[in-house]
Amino acid sequence: MNPPLRITYREACKQAIRDALNADPRCFVMGEDVAKYGGCYAVTKGLLEEFGPERIVDTPLAEAAITGIAIGAAMAGLRPILEIMTCNFSLLALDQIVNNAASIPHMSGGQFAVPLVIRMATGGGRQLAAQHSHSFEGWYAHVPGLKVLVPGTVEDARFMLAAALQDPNPVLIFEHIVLYNAEGELDSSVTAVDIAHAKRRRAGGDITLVTYGNSLPKCLASAEALAQEGIDAEVIDLRVLRPLDEATIAESVRRTHRCVVVDEGWRSGSISAEIAARLADAAFFALDAPIRRVCSREVPMPYPLHLEEAALPQVSEIVREARALVRPAP
Amino acid sequence: MSDVKVHLDRTHLHHLYRQMLRIRRFEARCVELYQAQKIRGFLHLYDGEEAIAVGVMSALEPRDAVVATYREHGQALARGVSMNALMAEMLGKREGTSRGRGGSMHVFDATTRFFGGNAIVGGGLPLAAGIAMADKHLKRSAVTACFFGEGAVGEGVFHETMNLAELWRLPVLFVCENNLYSMGVPFADADVQTEVWRKAACYRMPAESVDGMDPVAMEAAARRAVAGIREGGGPAFLECRTYRFRAHSMFDTQAYRKRDEIEEWKTKHDPIERLRRWMQDNHRTSAEELARIDAEISAELDAAMAFAEGGTLEPVTELERFVTMDHVPQEAPR
Repeated sequence: MNPPLRITYREACKQAIRDALNADPRCFVMGEDVAKYGGCYAVTKGLLEEFGPERIVDTPLAEAAITGIAIGAAMAGLRPILEIMTCNFSLLALDQIVNNAASIPHMSGGQFAVPLVIRMATGGGRQLAAQHSHSFEGWYAHVPGLKVLVPGTVEDARFMLAAALQDPNPVLIFEHIVLYNAEGELDSSVTAVDIAHAKRRRAGGDITLVTYGNSLPKCLASAEALAQEGIDAEVIDLRVLRPLDEATIAESVRRTHRCVVVDEGWRSGSISAEIAARLADAAFFALDAPIRRVCSREVPMPYPLHLEEAALPQVSEIVREARALVRPAP
Repeated sequence: MSDVKVHLDRTHLHHLYRQMLRIRRFEARCVELYQAQKIRGFLHLYDGEEAIAVGVMSALEPRDAVVATYREHGQALARGVSMNALMAEMLGKREGTSRGRGGSMHVFDATTRFFGGNAIVGGGLPLAAGIAMADKHLKRSAVTACFFGEGAVGEGVFHETMNLAELWRLPVLFVCENNLYSMGVPFADADVQTEVWRKAACYRMPAESVDGMDPVAMEAAARRAVAGIREGGGPAFLECRTYRFRAHSMFDTQAYRKRDEIEEWKTKHDPIERLRRWMQDNHRTSAEELARIDAEISAELDAAMAFAEGGTLEPVTELERFVTMDHVPQEAPR
């Protein structure tokens, strides 16, 4: 048995793309600065030399058109992997993603599928201010017809892409900018992951922390801190925001009777609100405490470090909320 | 290489005439059905613009692809989409092109490579470029004809797509139907350059202005453009000068244009009347042939109506079907 491989999340994303290009001649990468520059976050660095300009395609700065072109190419037989630099820029392509990619299969009575993968960077924590730091995966999870993946581990970064390319639907993959440099271990026996289920990342009996993306390491750290206080927290990694794996979340909460949802999106109308609502429905009689949420503060992300830290979910806040539910003040 | 010449023999002239009349009379039937409240929602009719769809489709091969707008009944019929299925779609029936899910604005037909029916102005342009990209990559030697109105040139995605189509030399025929009004705004009130072909020329693709009321001129221009595209010349652009005889949609009182103007276009430039008169003046048709075509179209329309009326409603249990797909439908080889 081979020892586990230590790898960065960025390298895992790149290996996934390399595998996809080797596996399917219909597959190619397109996006802004993916080729000569090597990707804004260096995910595709070196792939131009390896695969050539036919398969690693630099585009102009034209999010709407490149997304529409990727959709059309997918409808007509190719398997594009489109990179949109950050999810903030994807708003320029929102029309194409929602009105075309998500709608055409149903609108055409099932005559056309859109087997397209769009990768984009998401999230804050690198002091990139208000137009490069937001988390819009929750918005996209609102839209029927899309699948929304949020890899929070190197294993998911490594293997979700292959599953997404096998899927006949438009799949959006949100890679967190803070995770790119994170290292993790790849179990050599794992060669594929599903894109249908949430996953328990830490078992515990006192409270469930439901989260995804870069809030996953924060929740795992919070669980360790809570353990020091004798509170045994379970951590559920959503992995997929649409379709939402309600069964796994509800099963956990029925056992722990308490839940904190941690979501880097803004609180109002967020995926955390959806999860809280579903739990209120599916696990109401198992709850011993209200469902709490730790979300980003509702501000456009500020630049200075202290304000950005104050705006994002932090371990101290997660620990405080969890503790308050398990050991309410008398 | 494509045949660039338009054959003005009797058979072909009658084909052009028949196709235009089929569209005109289909639209008239749609108006009746709308008034009878059997068609609901938005309904955009193609009267006056028939020569464009008919001329362009005459220049295409089955392996080619089409992307159209929400005013696409004409393109669908001229492309060979079944009138039965089209009529059933108007009535929201399961036997319709999109199993009733799309309605008038979203006609799709995989068998004729008809990629919609797009009701976001400009939204179909990059799709067409993407389809062309796939065809080029998969060496299908196919052209994608992309129809849109002059209103679309105000959208950013129009310019993004023009640039990319030429940059990547994609086999797209851009067909701009310039009917002078985007809903109620005269084009001159909306754009500093009302000669649309000049915008395309800025993107260094062959571009010309064509009389969109003349099916022969349209077909000739389309054949020239398609031939250049198939030879690897990259995209081409046709600005088709035309006029919409009816309101923008059924909710439009047409306060923005004068009745005299509409009448003048109808009496002087009607593409169907023009062709009929030319054929008669040049002894390329007869009253009997015209009457036979008319009768055949009546029969086709009646059959389509019967098919649509006799169609079934998609069961509500199927409501969410196709929201996500369980497989990618395979394109039939052509």
